Amino acid sequence: MVSPSPIGQSVPRREGAAKVTGAARYTDDLVIPQAWYGKTVRSTVARGRIRSISLDSGFDWGRVVVVTADDIPGENVVHLIRDDQPVLAREGGEVRHKEEPILLLAAADRVTLDEAARHIRIEYDSAKPVFELDEATEVYSTIEISKGEVLEDLKDLKDVEVVERSFKVGLQEQLYIEPQGAIAIPEPGGAIRIIGSLQCPYYVHRALKRALKLTDAQAIVVQAETGGGFGGKEEYPSMVAIHAALLARKAGRPVRLIYDRHEDLAATTKRHPGVIRHRTAVKQDGTLLSQDIEIVLDGGGYCTLTPVVLSRAAIHAGGAYSCPNVRIRARAVATNTPPNGAFRGFGAPQSLFAAELMVEHVAERLGVSSVDLRRKWMLRLGDTTATGQVLTESVGSELVLDAALKAVSTFQPSNLPTVRRGRGLSLVLHGSGFTGSGEKKLGGTIGLEALADGTFRILTASTEIGQGTKTILCQLAADALGVEMDKVVLAPQDTSLVPDSGPTVASRTAMIVGRLVQEAAIEIKDRLKREKAPPPFRVQKSYIQPDSLRWDETTYKGDAYPIYAWACTIADVEVDMTTGEVRVTDLVTAVDCGKALHPVMAEGQIEGGSLQAVGWATIEEIKMKDGGYQNDRLATYLIPTALDAPRMRTILVENPYSRGPFGAKGIGELPMDGPAPAIIAAIHDATGVWLDEIPATPEKVLAACISR
Amino acid sequence: MHFTLNGRTVTFEGSGARRLLDVLREDLGATGTKEGCGEGECGACSVLVDGEVVDSCLVAVGQVEGRDVVSVEGLALQDGTLSRLQQAFIEYGAAQCGICTPGMLLAAHVLLEGTRRPTDAQVREALAGNLCRCTGYTKIIEAVMSCGT
Repeated sequence: MVSPSPIGQSVPRREGAAKVTGAARYTDDLVIPQAWYGKTVRSTVARGRIRSISLDSGFDWGRVVVVTADDIPGENVVHLIRDDQPVLAREGGEVRHKEEPILLLAAADRVTLDEAARHIRIEYDSAKPVFELDEATEVYSTIEISKGEVLEDLKDLKDVEVVERSFKVGLQEQLYIEPQGAIAIPEPGGAIRIIGSLQCPYYVHRALKRALKLTDAQAIVVQAETGGGFGGKEEYPSMVAIHAALLARKAGRPVRLIYDRHEDLAATTKRHPGVIRHRTAVKQDGTLLSQDIEIVLDGGGYCTLTPVVLSRAAIHAGGAYSCPNVRIRARAVATNTPPNGAFRGFGAPQSLFAAELMVEHVAERLGVSSVDLRRKWMLRLGDTTATGQVLTESVGSELVLDAALKAVSTFQPSNLPTVRRGRGLSLVLHGSGFTGSGEKKLGGTIGLEALADGTFRILTASTEIGQGTKTILCQLAADALGVEMDKVVLAPQDTSLVPDSGPTVASRTAMIVGRLVQEAAIEIKDRLKREKAPPPFRVQKSYIQPDSLRWDETTYKGDAYPIYAWACTIADVEVDMTTGEVRVTDLVTAVDCGKALHPVMAEGQIEGGSLQAVGWATIEEIKMKDGGYQNDRLATYLIPTALDAPRMRTILVENPYSRGPFGAKGIGELPMDGPAPAIIAAIHDATGVWLDEIPATPEKVLAACISR
Repeated sequence: MHFTLNGRTVTFEGSGARRLLDVLREDLGATGTKEGCGEGECGACSVLVDGEVVDSCLVAVGQVEGRDVVSVEGLALQDGTLSRLQQAFIEYGAAQCGICTPGMLLAAHVLLEGTRRPTDAQVREALAGNLCRCTGYTKIIEAVMSCGT
């Protein structure tokens, strides 16, 4: 008997019951006998050299374990792209940002731990820090994309309008509600088990091996239930895990290293702030001639994932439009702030913010509707992107534009004199999966087992961080096997059990890993049926790049992404003209997701990502002081509440992609891109002023209105 | 000292100054109550004390002596089946990462006890002290409203 397919059905979330009863176990919920508490002692200066680290001899250090850089058995490096970030800054060595880890402590109780921290004295020879982008001299990476000719002196051309504009975007904290944390447990044979809140078990695994000089088998990384990630738990957990492991190794017992909110806000990675400048040339009839774009992102004190973020920012910089002549010059620089890193959207929200507002500015110059201009410029089937990628399928630009315009209600102007209403629109694309040859290099692998009891077990390192990995992978397996959902189980995300399926990032899990699960399930079904293979047996599948995808990393030419997802957002705002306060009242989003494998979860991704973008565009502000964040508590770093959240309506447009499972494309990051420019356009519609900078705080809105 | 937790009398012998949150999690094993900020801003540690939503990170355990405390573990029915609200959270997709879910459920539970058919505005008001970063709140509001009678 064939079971009805769960694909396209909003089946109950796998771990839903555990989450609504409180039974789900997050890192800090785990009871580990004999575990001590860990703490990180951090730099109080933004730049300098550590002259000395001294422990107060009046304190009883016998009750405490102290770890410095000298206790690192392997390399003093948090393994990622560049080997520039130390696990711990050492005495005599440099510090490059405030909150940089210098020393680790562990004790049996928190009181002793806090007391010990007060008896440590670190002296610095301070150096002059760099905080401003235009003062930064150290460059992490540069990218240049060019297509056609760059029209250098456009102003002399006849009937050509040139519009120039500069935009600025701010820092943003991921603000997963569960702070960072890991527990390290020493095990026999020199092994260390890490249980933590993390997105990418194998990132942690590699980093742990290198810093602690462990073999593959000695480093065991297990994901606990994870209370949100949004990129914030992509690379940073490697640092937390290494620190916990160093303490556990020296203490000879388990150590819990759980950040509180203040430490998490003050020390962990943020969305890259930056400046994006555009120079766009159009004919009087609106024909797009040339885009000249410069991007500068602030990487902060260490490189982390900055070059990859910059890459996605650069590739998306021209927006959802077809332009014959494009030049995109991007660079990421070093400053002495805490390092910036992965955050949903990964550079694309920054550059698309600028690209979308440029459409508005050009439309205003030409005196035409920006919606009509988008329709004229938009990438369509067969068009070529800035990297020279020919779009051969699943191009949803016009579908989402039409769907959003159709869904939106009639605009109601305000009848209050002090409150103005406005509406704005944006159209964006987002590359699903890794850039260029990323997937090919990674060769992500999954396993699927047919077990003797008639059930099937998926082995993957892809993590559930709220987005629905566990449910969607089981849906795909159950469908292909033709069995009920309850016949499919998932092995724990434990590096000693599951292969490296790649990190849970880049909107790749459903599309890339899901496809591998589907392929494995088809093979298992076939073997059970045709070969009558007796369980238990296991099938493994690794990603194979289709020959049709070509990418040249040196020239930035070719197929930057296997496919793009598309979204059109329409935002309605109210602006209080006496306070400058902006309230986003309604958000309509049409999304070309290829196929909604689980419609409720797909909508959940769009709504949650959209609200994160609303926060970035309006209220989430981090002010710097001497290289540290002033908004380092939840009382001062505000995110939208249920009262701030707009009414949201999501339209899922299914425009299948031939290599996605059932046509699905990755959409996890897409909703981060569109709301900010739509909101700024809506504020202009309401007030007549253009803001070139987000967040659009009341101060900025009022100042702009007054100076008009 | 004594108080009731999810209908059962519990005895606590430590310092009355300890946070209710820590006593629930560390002494009583009720780890469904989460710590998100420790400053009363996020609501992840929400519990009910005599039927009112409080942030258990801001309450000293001594303050609940003789009182009735309900945590997320007390929401399911006697026989262990999920309450209507818990079921609605699953059905409507109101729980994603799940870390805000216990507090959110308790805040919604109190609302529904007092208001049989809450409006969208009443639900938003009732949940305004509980931060969620995953859902954009839409599906949480839908789930709560679906439980109106």
